[in-house]
Amino acid sequence: MNNSSRARDLKLISCHACGLVLDNQEELRHSRCTRCDEHVYTRKPNSLSRSWAYLIAATILYIPANLLPIMLTTKMYNTLSSTIVSGVIDLWQDGAWDLAIIVFTASVVVPILKLGLMTFLLISTQRKSTWRQRERTKLYRIIEHIGHWSMLDVFVVALLITLVHFNKLALVQAGPGIVAFAAVVVLTMLSSMSFDPRLIWDTDEPKSSTPPDNGQTNG
Amino acid sequence: MQSRLNPASLVICEYCDAVYSRTPLKRREKAHCLQCGSELYRNARVDIDVMLALTLASAIMFVIANCYPIVELNMSGLSNRATLWDTLLFTLDSNVGVIAVFAAASAFFFPLIQILLFAYVLIPLRAGRKPRAFIGAMHALREMQPWSMVEVFMLGAVVSVIKLTAVAAVAAQIGLWGFATLTLLLTVLSSFDLQDLWDQSEALDA
Ligand SMILES: [Zn+2]
Ligand SMILES: [Zn+2]
Repeated sequence: MNNSSRARDLKLISCHACGLVLDNQEELRHSRCTRCDEHVYTRKPNSLSRSWAYLIAATILYIPANLLPIMLTTKMYNTLSSTIVSGVIDLWQDGAWDLAIIVFTASVVVPILKLGLMTFLLISTQRKSTWRQRERTKLYRIIEHIGHWSMLDVFVVALLITLVHFNKLALVQAGPGIVAFAAVVVLTMLSSMSFDPRLIWDTDEPKSSTPPDNGQTNG
Repeated sequence: MQSRLNPASLVICEYCDAVYSRTPLKRREKAHCLQCGSELYRNARVDIDVMLALTLASAIMFVIANCYPIVELNMSGLSNRATLWDTLLFTLDSNVGVIAVFAAASAFFFPLIQILLFAYVLIPLRAGRKPRAFIGAMHALREMQPWSMVEVFMLGAVVSVIKLTAVAAVAAQIGLWGFATLTLLLTVLSSFDLQDLWDQSEALDA
């Protein structure tokens, strides 16, 4: 089906740190790079279970991250609490729609997309699906590069609480939601870093410990 | 393609494990994986002079960005201004101190260490030799890369300024322009492939 030769079949390993191609005729599961001394593996160790663990933790924390307030604004003895989503709605209603779109993308779209797409990648890879492998690899590359933009709200909250502290006149305080939200972003980043995209292409592994549910094998 | 298997002449796609033999590229050309479409390698030689110039410019901008306030806010005759460190220290004392630790690492310490390590690696390489801790420095550069977030902090500062214009008089300060320039410089600097630097420095081993 795929006609390119694969490093796994040719018993080669490339070092993920420096890119050097190493001979692995002894089929060691793990050795060290001769150029940069980094541990090299045919595949990231326990990639799927580590990736799942971070993803599940991120998904759980996503709930308090959205329910708890991220910011408390006090103006003339009147305190308003805002969550991630209500912050975006306020911006929109104030007429700052351009800003609302930026914050909505970084704080709502990107985290949901990352949680959803990582779940999809992990499930489809676990099932050794051959469906649209090229597109799924591309999805992974996108996820890898957009995740950290979600930290936007964290920096905004830090700046606002520093700038707006005029005692009774106007005061902005941080809410616990922002800590949960920062944790979600870090955990989803760790999840995508733990995922080994080469597993998407490891669909024809002969010696798999758990037999796949489709009993048909190509002779 | 499979006639000779000399590992040095091969490249393996880090996204799908496909093996290719390296072919020389023209300037600004990139080789892409046929199977998954990821980039394999670029025109091999990294211009160390350009990288070093970017590193030194980043170092200067880093100082400017951090020494001057980013934003000033005026409200009913009172005013507050904040540098990055004012923000970090104020947040550290707040109820969400842990955020300050993260922000300090991603917006200050990692970018700073990156700039210093680039200088540490590039200055000797330019003179034709390898620094003593080359391997450690290169690993640190690679590992810090995803956690260095000057560009996100920069966007955060812009969002904060626009948000506050609705309720008070805000003025962007020199620090903000410093961060904008630093963001640009670091983006270009980190677009260079560290693996090319490994390849290029290998000739210096002998
Ligand atoms: Zn290596
Ligand atoms: Zn590929």
